Amino acid sequence: MGRVLRWDVLVGALLVAVFAGGSLATPGFATVSNLSFALGDLGEIALIALAMTLLVVAAEVDLSVASVLGLSSALVGALWDAGLAIETIVPLVVLVGAACGLVNGLLVTRLGLPSLAVTIGTLALYRGLAYVVLGDKAVAQFPPQYTALAVDDVPGTFVPYPVALFVLLAVITGVALHATGFGRSLYAIGAQEQAAFFAGIRVKRIKLLLFVLSGTVAAFAGVVFTLRYGSARADNGLGIELAVIAAVLLGGVDFDGGKGTLGGVIAGVLLIGLLRNLLMLNDVSTEIQSVVTGLLLIVSVLTPRLLALVRSRRPVLKGSS
Amino acid sequence: MSDPPALALANVSKSFGAVRALREVSLELFAGQTHALAGENGAGKSTLVKTLAGVHRPDSGQVLRGGEPVTFASPADAQRAGVAVIYQEPTLFPDLSVAENIFMGRQPRATLGRIDRGAMRARAGELFARLGVTLDPEQPARGLSIADQQLVEIAKAISRDARVLVMDEPTAALSGNEVARLFSVVEALREDGCAILFISHRLDEIFALCRRVTTLRDGALVATEPVSGLTHDDLIRRMVGRDLGALYPKQDTRPGEVALRVDRLTREGVFTDVSFQVRRGEIVALAGLVGAGRSEVARAVFGIDRWDAGTVTVAGRPLPAGSPTAAMGAGLALVPEDRRQQGLVMELSIERNIGLTGLRSLRRGLTVSRAAERDRARDWALRLRLKYGRLADGVGVLSGGNQQKVVLAKWLATGPSVLIVDEPTRGIDVGTKAEVHRLLSELAGQGIAVLMISSDLPEVLGMADRVLVMHEGRLTAEIPRAEATEESVMAAATGTGRAA
Repeated sequence: MGRVLRWDVLVGALLVAVFAGGSLATPGFATVSNLSFALGDLGEIALIALAMTLLVVAAEVDLSVASVLGLSSALVGALWDAGLAIETIVPLVVLVGAACGLVNGLLVTRLGLPSLAVTIGTLALYRGLAYVVLGDKAVAQFPPQYTALAVDDVPGTFVPYPVALFVLLAVITGVALHATGFGRSLYAIGAQEQAAFFAGIRVKRIKLLLFVLSGTVAAFAGVVFTLRYGSARADNGLGIELAVIAAVLLGGVDFDGGKGTLGGVIAGVLLIGLLRNLLMLNDVSTEIQSVVTGLLLIVSVLTPRLLALVRSRRPVLKGSS
Repeated sequence: MSDPPALALANVSKSFGAVRALREVSLELFAGQTHALAGENGAGKSTLVKTLAGVHRPDSGQVLRGGEPVTFASPADAQRAGVAVIYQEPTLFPDLSVAENIFMGRQPRATLGRIDRGAMRARAGELFARLGVTLDPEQPARGLSIADQQLVEIAKAISRDARVLVMDEPTAALSGNEVARLFSVVEALREDGCAILFISHRLDEIFALCRRVTTLRDGALVATEPVSGLTHDDLIRRMVGRDLGALYPKQDTRPGEVALRVDRLTREGVFTDVSFQVRRGEIVALAGLVGAGRSEVARAVFGIDRWDAGTVTVAGRPLPAGSPTAAMGAGLALVPEDRRQQGLVMELSIERNIGLTGLRSLRRGLTVSRAAERDRARDWALRLRLKYGRLADGVGVLSGGNQQKVVLAKWLATGPSVLIVDEPTRGIDVGTKAEVHRLLSELAGQGIAVLMISSDLPEVLGMADRVLVMHEGRLTAEIPRAEATEESVMAAATGTGRAA
């Protein structure tokens, strides 16, 4: 990437442009209540995107996150039905998420399978388990003091609790990725795994940890999702892995690993959130929203490559006299 | 000899940036003759081969085919002109059969354009009969030995009516029997009227097989002369251009206590019962042919691969199998064979690469100190006389020799007590090569135990206090410096010498 035209800066600029355009063109967009809602609506995607960023920087991916979210939601419903307290349910469910991540991680690191294939498999598997747990019924009637936690603002601000949590976790993730040895290791693994291993970096252990982290975060996002809608269903969060990955790639993280910044990802998440919100306010159907997500995903993978191609052409033309 | 040469280069020059790889080199290859090309690594042999193969186009000078100037714009042009190159490691399609590989793109056709498999099989069989070897045309290429793969390449070349065969270090990875078989094939081709250019680092092979030899040094022609009037020493002097002793500054050191002890180390199917030790202040070379298992032993010792039996002890402490992290902790460092895949993360900067082995020691509190990282990189860049623009530059912009210095810096910064270097000077220029040799000598002088894997015989003979030789996964000889000669090392490496 060039010095001026850094991809994450570009996305940031695009974010500002979309925000400005939306404010002018769509009434009711640039209001505190709508933005607060839009942020809250983005909570689960944003949380999962943090863990996903670490994975993709290390040249791995976890497509099973939305299914883990669904399984977690189904478990919350079933356990609540069975009379357990929320305080007991949450740690249990998060533990199950960690176990889901562990299975992904073990399949990738011990058997050497590609994470894309493994997590497509567990995407189906975990979603199937969610239906086994809860069938196609919905469990509602969660006590309001809990559902309020997922929607209410932190007192004195217009920031919903999940968003505040996200900010905290984003700071931790940002420091971990950009300032610690752990983060350095992730970039090295993603760019050249062999060289990282030869430099004494515990590649497998780190990857396993990332998958466990991803499962854990996805399960926790499942709890947030359930409480936010006040409804536990096996099909909760269906397909949001695409929005998460679109946000991460849009944020400038290279799908081949080794490149990208968390700042870019956060800009990507916000951009996707604002677009979804704008489409919703303009009564665009969910099908079209899905079309937009898909297009964004392709554009974000394609553009950096096209830019690189354009850049590499120039010296070639000069050199071949 | 009244016929014009089958293929010739006339005053060919070729530069890559500031590097002049070939300077006005001329070479004539005659039908029915085997011609040797000799020279050190980096002398310009590969560039010459690639010019003949149509990969490179000369900046000036001409390529002549049967006396007529020709231009090879691509390897396909060279192939059409009857020039075939057999590389050290052939690139066959592993999932296709031997016959399919030979006739790739030119399969014999039956009616309706279908591939005539029967004819293909029969013609492959004929080719092998002509070469006097037995290979099953139906066998998939996967699993063939390198020697057999080369024969498939040769058969492919003959099936295209190649009249000029360029063989780029074909014997480097072969065992004694395989070399003998290849020689008889080359003889048969020569008698058939092919012109053959044969490249080898093994002087014996040049003397046994070739009529004339052309020597290159630093991209320039030194001499083209009949082999019959030459001795080994003559040829080495032409290649090196100076006495060997001056090139390799190994200081005499008094070896200290044992730093690395490897005892009956075995990795099934790769190496067997390998035992040796390296003392502080010693440079021990591990010699042998490509594929003898030298790098594999180094990888296992450093924990990259697991071993099945045996022990590795560093400074008296046993090392667990399969953990580079533990090996580093014990004071081991490995400068690996493949700089671009294993030694460096090419996308990262110089300072990040040097810092990668020190993520713990560079930590201040929870985070890595950028200042400490930069100091570490600057310090080692200075000590190794690294030529660079900024430490934040990508390591990919450096020359091969400077990249190797970054790998060395990255490992020396860990303060190792045992340094394993695998082909430390492969593909780097002569000047940097001398610097690396001086550095290794200094490190030994400071009491570091150095284990050096090298395929460069002069380097092995010039640098090592002792030479260990491997052949087909076993240690076959241990030769003290005083007794180490090209002959004694090669004899052990090809399995024709005395047992250890």
